[in-house]
Amino acid sequence: MARSRGGHVNYNWNWGIFFQPNPMGTGTYLDMLLSGLALTLKTAALAWVIALITGSIVGVMRTLPSKGANWFGFAYVEFFRNMPLLVQLFLWFFVLPELLPKGAGTWLKQLPNAPFWTAAIGVGFFMSARVAVQLQAGIGSLPRGQKMAATALGLTTVQTYRYVLLPMAFRIILPPLTSEFLNTIKNTAVAITIGLLELTGQARSMQEFSFQVFEAFTAATLLYLLVNAVVVTAMRFLERWVAIPGYITGK
Amino acid sequence: MIEISHVNKWYTPSFQVLTDCTTSVTKGEVVVVCGPSGSGKSTLIKCVNALEPFQSGDILVDGTKVNDPKTNLPKLRSRVGMVFQHFELFPHLKIIDNLCLAQEKVLGRPRDKAQTKGMQLLERVGLKEQAQKFPAQLSGGQQQRVAIARALAMDPIVMLFDEPTSALDPEMVSEVLDVMVDLAREGMTMMVVTHEMGFARKVANRVIFMDRGEIVEDASKDDFFGKPRSDRAQKFLSKILSH
Repeated sequence: MARSRGGHVNYNWNWGIFFQPNPMGTGTYLDMLLSGLALTLKTAALAWVIALITGSIVGVMRTLPSKGANWFGFAYVEFFRNMPLLVQLFLWFFVLPELLPKGAGTWLKQLPNAPFWTAAIGVGFFMSARVAVQLQAGIGSLPRGQKMAATALGLTTVQTYRYVLLPMAFRIILPPLTSEFLNTIKNTAVAITIGLLELTGQARSMQEFSFQVFEAFTAATLLYLLVNAVVVTAMRFLERWVAIPGYITGK
Repeated sequence: MIEISHVNKWYTPSFQVLTDCTTSVTKGEVVVVCGPSGSGKSTLIKCVNALEPFQSGDILVDGTKVNDPKTNLPKLRSRVGMVFQHFELFPHLKIIDNLCLAQEKVLGRPRDKAQTKGMQLLERVGLKEQAQKFPAQLSGGQQQRVAIARALAMDPIVMLFDEPTSALDPEMVSEVLDVMVDLAREGMTMMVVTHEMGFARKVANRVIFMDRGEIVEDASKDDFFGKPRSDRAQKFLSKILSH
């Protein structure tokens, strides 16, 4: 392998490798990387949707007066944020099917695209704990009187969150949410360990087939950077789009 | 309109904030609640619309028991207007939308009716031109007038004011008090926690003086300013009226 001892001395740079056919017959090596990129984006998108929805619910629960809701939110966050992501993916992928009744376990194991679903859901839950903590902090940073004013007008708790607290809390946590979105994209790379051929996975197979390790991972790095630059730019636009005239959010 | 009887409230078993508070506000009456900081006046007024729970005693608003678990609190609260020290406008909503939100979501008024009502009230508090602005673009006095309009938009049967001018720059106090005086003269039932004795002299029917969680004095305006019965009220008055 190119990266082994002394390998770099005789390393044959070949940037044309991307346009040579890959041994799988699915087009060029570039096509291979791009299909990996597409899978990375799909996995990250689904994971982020899961993270946002469940994270928001759990984050709200942590701010409710109900002790039960609080306790559940606390336990949820500590469970998903205190275990390494890698371990969580292994749990969902290898251990969960064994714990289920036999029929359900077999069904799960034979599910088409099991690595994709496991990765999206696993990364989604992992990130949801982080979204929950951000949202809890965002709600907590609002003046206590906001909730009182909404309550005093006759709004129910659900209406108070929907129309008064959450619109402000989400605006406040938009910058940290951008970071969490980027983390979600990067974390999908861990799914290589359960056999998902996302961008990192495809870069690795390209390296194994062609021995052009530096070209493969340079391309993967650039693609990750590009995706994240697009996300950062889009989030900046979103921040400006929802900014409130006269209201200073920067702290 | 408001019946408060023998209300007791503890924050912790050893810390009592309200002790056996009993008073009432009749329809069309303006009652000013005053007293030193920490005397429980804000807590008492927040008990009236159940923003603060209390452990014993009863409060009735228009015949409905506030501390009855069966009471539909959102419905009750929608009929009781409240104005806060720090305005508490919703910063992400335009001024007009601040006035429309609860009209639409709580009272179920159609959007156009809510907006018409909102514009009428903004005109009444002199802020019609600000309707499309956001709260952060208004001065404190303007924000508080919007907050009063927002409460009035619900057609309340009674208005509660919790130190409405305490957070304002001095030159903005009068524009808010003017709105409140007009409201009082139109016959609105009002319970007002304030240190503005000028306001009390002008429009109050009764003054309640609180100290350490107790209602020490509950007298007509003339009796209160003329010859307060308790020592503590006399001292309080002499201090705040000496300048």
